[in-house]
Amino acid sequence: MKLKSRQLELEVLRYDPEKDSEPHFQSYSVSCPEDWAILDALNYVKENLDTTLSYRWSCHMMVCGSCGMMVNGEPSLTCKTFIRDLPDKVRIEPLQNFPIERDLVVVLDDVMEKLQLAQPWIIREDDPPPADEEYTQSRAALYKFKQYTMCINCMCCYAACPQYGLDPKFIGPAALALAHRYNLDSRDQGKSQRLDILADHDGVWDCSFVGACSEVCPKSVDPAAAIQQMKVDGAIEWWKQKLPGGKP
Amino acid sequence: MSRQPYVRPLPKTSWYLANARYRRYMLREVTCLLVGVYCALLIWALAALSSGSPERWAAFLAAQQNTAMIVFHAAALVYYLVYMTFDWFKLAPKAMPVQLGENKLPGHFIIIGHYLAWVIVTLFVLWLAGVLT
Repeated sequence: MKLKSRQLELEVLRYDPEKDSEPHFQSYSVSCPEDWAILDALNYVKENLDTTLSYRWSCHMMVCGSCGMMVNGEPSLTCKTFIRDLPDKVRIEPLQNFPIERDLVVVLDDVMEKLQLAQPWIIREDDPPPADEEYTQSRAALYKFKQYTMCINCMCCYAACPQYGLDPKFIGPAALALAHRYNLDSRDQGKSQRLDILADHDGVWDCSFVGACSEVCPKSVDPAAAIQQMKVDGAIEWWKQKLPGGKP
Repeated sequence: MSRQPYVRPLPKTSWYLANARYRRYMLREVTCLLVGVYCALLIWALAALSSGSPERWAAFLAAQQNTAMIVFHAAALVYYLVYMTFDWFKLAPKAMPVQLGENKLPGHFIIIGHYLAWVIVTLFVLWLAGVLT
């Protein structure tokens, strides 16, 4: 059965660093079957109308996190944003709060550095177990942090966060949620080491709990919750240091 | 090929007009102005009390009974409840999740707990103020 099609006007933000002094919108009229996602429409434009259009994508199945863009002002994974849910005119822009490299491609260097600050690996204070042993973990302990492992680094949360837009020093939602994921991991012993860096002005305390990061997350991760929980952890850690005999 | 990334800064004074989510957030945040007004009222009351002058204290109390002031207090209470208290109670399960074994305690239990604590504290304050006997 042939699916019904709809004529869509795509307004795409274009920017060629070699020619343009600033970005501008370009419109494409595309006949889209109802089961298409915005990414399909972009691929159609690229293959049939304008081969110069640049954007990132890879898996088309909500796993790689490459195709995050602003769709009608909302940070979205374009592979899971369907034509049937959108009006006839759709505005597609690169992710807000990031420098534009070209067209819909943004520069992610800043966030890549911030993800490192989260120290997203298991930190142990004691000796590692013998080679033939493992760190065991109960299912209940896994469920404490499992939702935070679902992040695919699409950066929609950074695009939604006005705090990051206004103050680029803010470490931001995905990196902080990633740190919290390891802080909650029963195999990890690096919580205070992470909090030394992240429970700071540019870390959790720069978050004013707008909550937009969690609302736009295409994988239902809740970075806003992670950050508020880290504020509690950071405050407890601070008091522990102030108590007699507390670590300096 | 030269790299020349283009930065689109967020407009510092109007970014919150961009969508309903940000506007809702700002409605919550402007409650800080009400807190500021109440701080000023408290300082006024303390100044009247510490002056030791019964007339100044009476003048403060009389000012609170002014119709405009009563309307302000009522409007401030409603605004604060709608945009601050209800909002924060709704968000409480995010900040303090409770996990029982493999399951998370549903958020509404945590929210109800906050409302109960709020009622108890309010009743205690009213009792302390002599309103409840």
